[in-house]
Amino acid sequence: MLKPRIIPCLDVRGGRVVKGINFVDLVDAGDPVEQAGVYDSQGADELCFLDITASHEGREPLLDVVSGTAEQCFMPLTVGGGIRTLDDIRALLLAGADKVSINTAAVHRPEFVSEAAHKFGSQCIVVAVDAKRSEAGRYEIFTHGGREATGIEAISWCRRMAELGAGEILLTSMDRDGTREGFDIELTRSVADSVPVPVVASGGVGTLEHLVEGIRSGHATAVLAASIFHFGIFSIPQAKAYVGKAGIPVRR
Amino acid sequence: MTVAIIDYGSGNLRSAAKAFERTVRESGRSDPVTVTSSADDALSADRIVLPGVGAFADCRSGLHGLDGMVEALEEAVIVRGRPFLGICVGMQLMATTGREHGAHPGLGWIDGEVTAIDVRPTAEKNGTGLKIPHMGWNDMILDRADHPLFAGLRDGRHAYFLHSYAMICRRSEDQLAHVDYGGPLVAAVGRDNFVGTQFHPEKSQAVGLQIIGNFLSWRP
Repeated sequence: MLKPRIIPCLDVRGGRVVKGINFVDLVDAGDPVEQAGVYDSQGADELCFLDITASHEGREPLLDVVSGTAEQCFMPLTVGGGIRTLDDIRALLLAGADKVSINTAAVHRPEFVSEAAHKFGSQCIVVAVDAKRSEAGRYEIFTHGGREATGIEAISWCRRMAELGAGEILLTSMDRDGTREGFDIELTRSVADSVPVPVVASGGVGTLEHLVEGIRSGHATAVLAASIFHFGIFSIPQAKAYVGKAGIPVRR
Repeated sequence: MTVAIIDYGSGNLRSAAKAFERTVRESGRSDPVTVTSSADDALSADRIVLPGVGAFADCRSGLHGLDGMVEALEEAVIVRGRPFLGICVGMQLMATTGREHGAHPGLGWIDGEVTAIDVRPTAEKNGTGLKIPHMGWNDMILDRADHPLFAGLRDGRHAYFLHSYAMICRRSEDQLAHVDYGGPLVAAVGRDNFVGTQFHPEKSQAVGLQIIGNFLSWRP
């Protein structure tokens, strides 16, 4: 059977890791390729690079990071952040990314998702959705790293993205991101049960039990976490052991 | 020994090339690994690898767009018996027919069809159903555990899959391995001197590198 994926995420700016792993044995704690190697050797199911470079010009370092990683790590690699054109996607795939994650560009022009899926195949097009609970109790999506409200309702948006050709939804709860209080389970489950494509839950993981909740109660196909892995609180093998012990089959 | 990875514009071949280079290096050899669009290179190679991502028809027309390539592959693989590995859509192209966005003829080396993965039976059973694409790590059941491609491996090892269409073999002996996803899905096929994997060995960490190594040392 297919196993839920456990995905560590590295934030990269200007080709350097911003929030990274705090392991003592790293030669250069800011080198994303070296950190990718750590996750690879730990048996992470996939790796996600999120480029938080503010300007569009500074993309070269990211491409170097992706190609450097792809040369050493034989694992699936997803890259997101600032993707606006088909050429951006092509450059990342040629550098060695397996999937690219599109966020703001999809909101500005939803047809971009179908163009990308048509050109490169749905299997490599991930749409990242940042959602926040509004006062009315519904979920609204945000762009620009959660700073700009769009007024768009999240669940129907995810459904539309899948219809346009997204092969996966990377769903982040802006309310939970950085809190370590766990995934927004209601949000995750609402989306996972509404779309035919895999959903990656993101935002809020502080304990290994949160990973279990995301899969079991949130119905997520994959769970993404940053800080619990970065700061060396838990390793990938510890996470897999915990999730496995909770009765969810994982890849060892 | 030379390894030719056929480049017909279908996605990224860097990972595949690097995985082969690593495996060659670790086995203490220095065989050249070339990424090539040249029919001559395919004809002269000792091992041929056909990767592929995207839609069946797009990949097919990409391959046919290379001057003399399909003929070179027929000559090298079918006539001369060179070992061949198709990966993902590269495997699917080995089938008789692909049924993604219409019916398209494949290379016809494996008697079979490539059709959309059907998870409806499961969807009806448990409400939410299985997701398409079949994306992630699935454990393989080896139907032909004695095949040299699987040397050193056993049932239950995981490989990385990323696809919405799957091959159905007409001859059961052509199916080398399968996985369970709402029913059996073909994971590897093969006959004589050619094999194909639906999964990505170049993305399947240690298991994938083992399979690449096995392919390189295979003497069919």
